[in-house]
Amino acid sequence: MSVLDFLSQTLRIAVPFLLAAAGGVLSERAGLIALGLEGYMLGGAFCAAAVSFASGSPWLGVSAALVGGAVLALVYAVGTIRFRGDQVVIGIAINLLAVGLTRFFLRLFFGSSSNSPRVPGFGGTGTGFLALAYNPLVWIGVIVLPTLGWILYRTPFGLRVRAVGEHPAAAASVGVPVTRVRYIAVAFSGMLAALGGAYLALDQHQFTDGMTAGRGFIALAATIFGRWNPKGAGLACLLFAAAETLQIRLQGTHAIPSQFVEMIPYVLTIVALAGVVGRSVPPAALGKPSTE
Amino acid sequence: MNRRTLEESLLPPVVALLLAAVVGDVLILSFGQSPGAVYRLLLEGTWGNAYGFGQVLYKATTLTFTGLAVGLGLRAGLFNIGAESQVAAGGFVAAVAGMLLPAGIPALLCLPLFVLAAALGGGIVGAVPGVLKAKFGAHEVIVTIMLNFIVLALLNYLTSAKVHVPDTLHTPELKSGALFRLSDVIPAFHGSAANATILLAVIAAAVFGWYLFRTRRGFELRAVGLQPRAAENAGVHVGGVVWRALTVSGAIAGIGGLNYVLGYKHYYEEGFASGAGYLGIAVALVGRNHPLGIVVAALLFATLSQGGLVVNALVPKQMIDVLQAVVILAVATSVPEVRRMLRTSRRTAAT
Repeated sequence: MSVLDFLSQTLRIAVPFLLAAAGGVLSERAGLIALGLEGYMLGGAFCAAAVSFASGSPWLGVSAALVGGAVLALVYAVGTIRFRGDQVVIGIAINLLAVGLTRFFLRLFFGSSSNSPRVPGFGGTGTGFLALAYNPLVWIGVIVLPTLGWILYRTPFGLRVRAVGEHPAAAASVGVPVTRVRYIAVAFSGMLAALGGAYLALDQHQFTDGMTAGRGFIALAATIFGRWNPKGAGLACLLFAAAETLQIRLQGTHAIPSQFVEMIPYVLTIVALAGVVGRSVPPAALGKPSTE
Repeated sequence: MNRRTLEESLLPPVVALLLAAVVGDVLILSFGQSPGAVYRLLLEGTWGNAYGFGQVLYKATTLTFTGLAVGLGLRAGLFNIGAESQVAAGGFVAAVAGMLLPAGIPALLCLPLFVLAAALGGGIVGAVPGVLKAKFGAHEVIVTIMLNFIVLALLNYLTSAKVHVPDTLHTPELKSGALFRLSDVIPAFHGSAANATILLAVIAAAVFGWYLFRTRRGFELRAVGLQPRAAENAGVHVGGVVWRALTVSGAIAGIGGLNYVLGYKHYYEEGFASGAGYLGIAVALVGRNHPLGIVVAALLFATLSQGGLVVNALVPKQMIDVLQAVVILAVATSVPEVRRMLRTSRRTAAT
């Protein structure tokens, strides 16, 4: 029973990581640094909460999150692909923009600077796997990385994404529309991360200011720690979620200060980047504007 | 600076400000207010009275340090996203040093000690990505982002478990070494947080310019930033430049922590400079990594964030967060574009 509880809680925490990390893998494999995941998530969370509140339908909320995530991602794509702005700077700006816009519209729509009113979510109350099974976003979270793996390694589009991320000039020379593939990859990465945000807002039945609380960066950490492939990223997400679950379980026992458990994803990522356990090699064209 | 580089440097920020003003208009109108009235209030509340101006100076002081920190890294072709935690680490180490000092030492005597302590705190945080980059090629952007979370969690633990005053979230006050506030000299500044640390910021900007443009080390640093391979071939030890640049960058950001700890509250409190590290990126970007530009950009962003508080009665202050992001986006996208445009127009003019 207790083991089951632990696993279901881990899954519950892992879902937003899995969704956002799928966006991270997709974007980075296409050669665009996924620094904006946090912003896409936050934007998605707000859109989901606002529209679910206004319409009473969590499904419409999810659709709105997809639109919001895609819009933010396209701002990033236009800035980095069309205008060749620096990916790091624009990624950070996207995060600041999402923070600002969600705060502004929180005031405008709900007259609050902290949270929205209660919004309808998906059915299923209580804890455990049974409650999770009612939430379609959980199912999407479970299948998203395997599906992405299939797309990346088994379909022509996936081959194009990887080619564009490794060697855009070579991809262009064999007729791959580099720019279009990059736009599509970034737009979908924004939508996937926004789904993660929508899950948070609908699961907690409200939007609160800054509610993503660094989860987008944990997803980015999982992308890198998982060595830019869906399987590795998925395992990393589960590992990070298990650590967080453990931290929640240990609260009050003072076994380990919670701050040290919080650090785990970030420390592991730095260790992986430093190549202490094997070398992790990013996509070759990551961060570079394509010269098509 | 000749006319060409001046055009290339000034055009993007101007474009960015115009765009931000347009976006600001839309946001203000969506809240049912008049843009003219809001902008007038914003200017009056910041540059129009001594208290507001003092607050602008206080915020600009921290932003100058983080802007210089990010700018130094960028001059070496390195992106220090870690200023956020480096400011905090600098402030924390300085506050702990202040706890350990005996009372009654003149401020001027302990100042070098505090600068050293703050530089040490920020410098250690900066050295980690520096060494990892130089030794293993680990990307400094990711390492500094991850380190932000690690360091802030560590400081949170140290403060809450080791050194806080019971029932508060801050450390005990410094025993000695607190700097004077500007209001002690000019009474009109009364109530504002502006303090003598602003002099340190001006000195830091001057030293930054001297180091970068007048010393051999600074030349090497810029060479690595422009063309690492060429620098390597010319005999520059690139790895050494990389870790030194990131360490010094962290140290500069760390000294920025003194603005709060030594000049304003005289203790370390969590989140005392939250956001200053990320805005430092904006400041360096708009200031084009030039010391003078960084000071001006720091004043600009300080005006915006203080202005947000002033206009909060009419429109949500959160509007300013949006405008700051728009400025960054616009500058980042227009820098390469402006360069291309100016080159094309020059080519057509030449033929």
